[in-house]
Amino acid sequence: MAEIVRMSGLTKRFGGAAPALDAVSGSVAAGEITGLVGPDGAGKTTLIRLMTGLMAPEGGELEVFGLDARRAAAAIQADIGYMPQRFGLYEDLTVRENLDLYADLRGLPRAERPEAFGRLLAFTGLEPFAARLAGKLSGGMKQKLGLACALLRKPRLLLLDEPGVGVDPISRRDLWSMVRGLAGEGVGVVWSTAYLDEAEACDRVLLLDRGRLLFTGRPSELTGRVAGRVFKVSGVEGRRRPVLARALDEPGIVDGVIQGEAIRLVVASGRDAGAVPAAVAAPPARVQPAPPRFEDAYVDLLGGGPGGRSRLAEATAARPGSGDGPGDRPVIEARGLTKRFGDFTAARDITFAIPRGQIFGLLGPNGAGKSTTFKMLCGLLRPTGGEGRIAGFDLRRDGAAARNRLGYMAQKFSLYGDLSVAQNLAFFAGAYGLGGRLRRERTALMTEIFDLAPHAGMSAKLLPLGLKQRLALACAVMHEPEALFLDEPTSGVDPITRREFWTHINGLVEKGVTVLVTTHFMDEAEYCDRIALIDRGRAIALGSPDELKARVADAANPDPSMEDAFVALVRDAGREGAA
Amino acid sequence: MSAQGAGSRAPRRARGPRRFAALVRKEVRQILRDPSSLLIAFALPLVLLFLFGYGVSLDATRNRVGLVVESSTPVAQDLAAAFRASRYFEVMSGRDRRAFEEDLVRGRIRGILVIPADFAADMASGAAASVQGPSARGPSMQVIVDGSDPNTAGFVQNYARGVVETWARQRAAEAAPRAPAITVERRFWFNPELASRNFLVPGSIAIVMTLVGTLLTSLVVAREWERGTMEAMMATPVSAAELLAGKILPYFVLGLASMTLCVLLAVLVFDVPFRGSAAALYAVSASFLMPALGQGLLISAATKNQFLASQLALLSGFLPAFLLSGFLFEIDSMPRPIQWITAIVPARYLIPCLQTVFLAGDVWPMFLRAMATMLLIGAVLFLLAARSTRKRIG
Amino acid sequence: MMAWIRLRALILKELLAILRDPRSRVILIGPPIVQLMVFSFAATLEVRNADLLILNRDAGYWGQELVHRLDGAPTFRSIRPVDGPAALRAGIDRQEAIAAIQIGSGFSRDLAAGNAADLQIILDGRRSNAAQIVAGYLDGIVEGLAADAAQVAAPHAGPASAAVRVVPRNWFNPNLTFQWFMVPNLVAAIAMLIGLVVTALSIARERELGTFDQLMVSPLRTHEILIGKVIPPMLIGSFHITVYVLAALFVFGVPLRGSLLLLYGSAVFYLLAVVGLGLFISALAATQQQAILGAFLFMVPGMLLSGFATPIENMPGWLQAVTLVNPLRYFLVVVRGVFLKDLPVGEAVANTAPLLLIACVTLGAAAWLFRRRLE
Repeated sequence: MAEIVRMSGLTKRFGGAAPALDAVSGSVAAGEITGLVGPDGAGKTTLIRLMTGLMAPEGGELEVFGLDARRAAAAIQADIGYMPQRFGLYEDLTVRENLDLYADLRGLPRAERPEAFGRLLAFTGLEPFAARLAGKLSGGMKQKLGLACALLRKPRLLLLDEPGVGVDPISRRDLWSMVRGLAGEGVGVVWSTAYLDEAEACDRVLLLDRGRLLFTGRPSELTGRVAGRVFKVSGVEGRRRPVLARALDEPGIVDGVIQGEAIRLVVASGRDAGAVPAAVAAPPARVQPAPPRFEDAYVDLLGGGPGGRSRLAEATAARPGSGDGPGDRPVIEARGLTKRFGDFTAARDITFAIPRGQIFGLLGPNGAGKSTTFKMLCGLLRPTGGEGRIAGFDLRRDGAAARNRLGYMAQKFSLYGDLSVAQNLAFFAGAYGLGGRLRRERTALMTEIFDLAPHAGMSAKLLPLGLKQRLALACAVMHEPEALFLDEPTSGVDPITRREFWTHINGLVEKGVTVLVTTHFMDEAEYCDRIALIDRGRAIALGSPDELKARVADAANPDPSMEDAFVALVRDAGREGAA
Repeated sequence: MSAQGAGSRAPRRARGPRRFAALVRKEVRQILRDPSSLLIAFALPLVLLFLFGYGVSLDATRNRVGLVVESSTPVAQDLAAAFRASRYFEVMSGRDRRAFEEDLVRGRIRGILVIPADFAADMASGAAASVQGPSARGPSMQVIVDGSDPNTAGFVQNYARGVVETWARQRAAEAAPRAPAITVERRFWFNPELASRNFLVPGSIAIVMTLVGTLLTSLVVAREWERGTMEAMMATPVSAAELLAGKILPYFVLGLASMTLCVLLAVLVFDVPFRGSAAALYAVSASFLMPALGQGLLISAATKNQFLASQLALLSGFLPAFLLSGFLFEIDSMPRPIQWITAIVPARYLIPCLQTVFLAGDVWPMFLRAMATMLLIGAVLFLLAARSTRKRIG
Repeated sequence: MMAWIRLRALILKELLAILRDPRSRVILIGPPIVQLMVFSFAATLEVRNADLLILNRDAGYWGQELVHRLDGAPTFRSIRPVDGPAALRAGIDRQEAIAAIQIGSGFSRDLAAGNAADLQIILDGRRSNAAQIVAGYLDGIVEGLAADAAQVAAPHAGPASAAVRVVPRNWFNPNLTFQWFMVPNLVAAIAMLIGLVVTALSIARERELGTFDQLMVSPLRTHEILIGKVIPPMLIGSFHITVYVLAALFVFGVPLRGSLLLLYGSAVFYLLAVVGLGLFISALAATQQQAILGAFLFMVPGMLLSGFATPIENMPGWLQAVTLVNPLRYFLVVVRGVFLKDLPVGEAVANTAPLLLIACVTLGAAAWLFRRRLE
């Protein structure tokens, strides 16, 4: 395939800081999807902006369509489609008006419009919403509209900056098939992402870390490096989280995650691949080899994930009555929760109970009522009917008492950006009523556990995403809450930080903390003990990840992934609803 | 997708106008959808005009004063009656000035007029005394004013003096008819009834246009930077000039629309005369909008943040238009350094033109000079704005 | 105890959020100082440096004498002779001068003969306020000339009537120094300007940034959040008031005759009322832009209907009634009174009570709106 972007020794620096891009060389070919993979701060956005000609490189060469990006920015911009991270949509214009605007800007002839709009609207499933304001669309719909706008005239090069963030699995599949189709027509696509299952689906990846290029080539080349070293441990007796924690502290194991009832482990290279997992998983647990994934190889490339110890969990006092003994009162309870906005019912009669020491996942397509349910349960929205309880306190009647027992971490980084790290900690300690010595102790502890001391004086908004996320967790658990509410907690975060995060959560759960989490990422869903799938305001399925997977298993797909389960269950519910 | 193949690529040159039209259409839709921008463009002008048209005026026309007549002689009573009859005063009478002193402190009255006990006697001896020379003591009365508001204090003094003079002249005329030495004929051109509304209303139109041109524009562009839509625009084939022009035109029209509304109201509802031509009105207003819009664009490009943009627009646009433009305060009376600052305040050139076009008529030499200056300031601001909005980020 | 800890954290956070960003720090501190300096000198209703045109058709002594006397008057910067009515007309039209004096050809002769001499003064009515003041100055000069001419013409005749001297006494401000008026006014106005914008933005900003949810899930109660939002802008407002008061005393030499205690006592309620209004706007606004423009929509009429530059008693009755809800109106009385007049306590209280009422209403309404938006 023809190379349409060629870069060699690209360097870009902002101010005196370490370079955002450091001597990056590589290429993008027409007709392929090139993944720009790396954690926040790796330089993905900078690289894309350089390709658009919006930014000039400092050193090195960058050619797009054979033109120098420094000099021929205008010519390049005529032939690219660009979807920035923040959509670039006008929220106070309708879907149709946004399309119109970009059609005019990209010079789409008027005669071709009805056909192009019709196809793009059908393609994105936005037809019924053509007259809706873009600001009122769900996150996934916004991404699709953003893509549609970038595609109005078929570009030669399509640049997508983290299009998968905040998008549900169904929309993400749609996005992928749209983009795949384009690549088939010869368009060169650059898809930047922090998620490695997306990277795995690319034709070729550029793996970036802190401005440097770690790997370039086909994903399978990298994945091949861990072949034969990946195992799935199933049938663990008792609780599986402590087993994982122990496994991660084994020197021979570089990575491990929870996968429903099972545990997935990656053995370090050079070790006896068979003996190590067996050492952690005593019978009756079974150890089976598993097909490697890109993520396994990535973590391995970076030298392995963090250990299994959570200093946070160690510093947390165990809550009595942990476990799921009978008669133990649930910590989080939803009883017939209903929310109506005008004549639109966002959530209808949602009921579940989460016992102490469990992780409960709320999953669902964008705009299906997942967030509404979540918000009602942490007191951000008042239910129209039903009730929510935290540790037995009714959110409506004893709101403050209930809120005192919950910790909250939001998808959008919602700490005070203008305050320093230390000031954020002090504020949240105060907001939860910790005073005097107690406050000093807790903030000192959090600073130590999360290694925040070197950044204590820095404004929170200037932190890299990984640190922001640590700080957010520190602020959420400062007051030792019984219930932890996590709203897409690791959106856009790199796998290493994500593992560190889940190590803490797993540790806390073992100490009796109860967790409610919403997520669009299925590897996160695998950490849950139980999951409620919400669609069109109703809970359409409730069960453990393995139960949900089992429900959709059939001859064609005997071992469905969590994502398969999600997609199938939502589609089935849609069919029933229509019938 | 295939229908959009390379075959449909028409020559790109013809696309400029349509891209521009699209940007303008987008902006217009956004304006129409956000109630706050319409409020600023149309509701605030209404409020301002209403206030200036109906109520607020700088003239102190009905001053509440305390009148102390310490003598009950007919002469003193006659003068007191003259004060009571004056349309400038709302008189409260008393015998003891101390009774009024507290009212003066409390701000209930603006001044105390004291006709002293020996007024009549001095009046009687006045004619005789004056024969001995100008230094002789004549009758006198005291006007005590509340200096904490010097403007009103000045008015009260002047009005009091006026009442006394008229009264004295009438008495003299009754006693021995003789023409006064100099008959001063005063003519207030353009505004004979001295209605301050007649100059405040045109002035407030300048304020309104500053708000639309500078404040609104800077907010709207800063919002595009904040929300990331600017970045998406820049990666399209749109040129920086088109982007800027696409912002300017809608607010230019909005500014003129808002001005038109003001003028119609001023003329039809508030009876402010309009003696010039519509051509002159639109010519000076259009020239003014250039620096105003340029300033708005520059502020937003420099701050890229709505809070800062609003504060800067307030400080560098609105307040100078209010205070340093000759709208309320005479520029000539300001200290020299501040007069220099006013030279770069576009509103100072617009306001006299507006006042002239309303009250005097077309004075083209004056308009042309003001327009040239405003356009020059506008050109400089646009240049600076374009420099900081180059199609590059970071 | 718990509540106090929470509140303290909230207030500290609020202050830090405003003051830690260097740009907003500059905005909060720089402009008010510039405003004080520029506007207290610029905002004067006195007339100085006015330009005059003179069309002198009189060849005699008194015409010359009048020109001479006008020339010596400090009010006038330049006096330009013109040679005909057309030039005079053009000069006024183009605002090259605010007034023109036309001296008739028989002016000196008439005066010498003891006849009434005609003099025409043409003023630019487009600037009627300044024109009236100039007319007052001119009258004074002309009167003086007339008196002297009468003396010369008939040294023994005595004036037609005893001239009644009007003896002016300017209490509180003997020289009618304009800054003594302006600076105390600005003390009140700046607190409104800053207080309103800072408060109006506070909630709208947190909503846009997503931190508002974080506040709402914490155990902070609605009233605590409101108090936390009210106190920091009040502190900032007090800071500005203090800076302005100090500048008034030490830079502008405005006398302080009343008690500062009274001023600050009243200021607390004034700030409370202003911040309440800001909070009300903030609770109503969905975006920062709406909050800013909303604050503006209140601020402009607020300034005009306060008695700052335009006396309230000259407004029509219904408009005077409207001013009753304007906090600035009351606080202006207190500030001016405390500085220049030694305002009695009773009067200060009478002007502070309405502020308390306004604060109660606006804060109550803000709290109500605030709760309602949670739905």
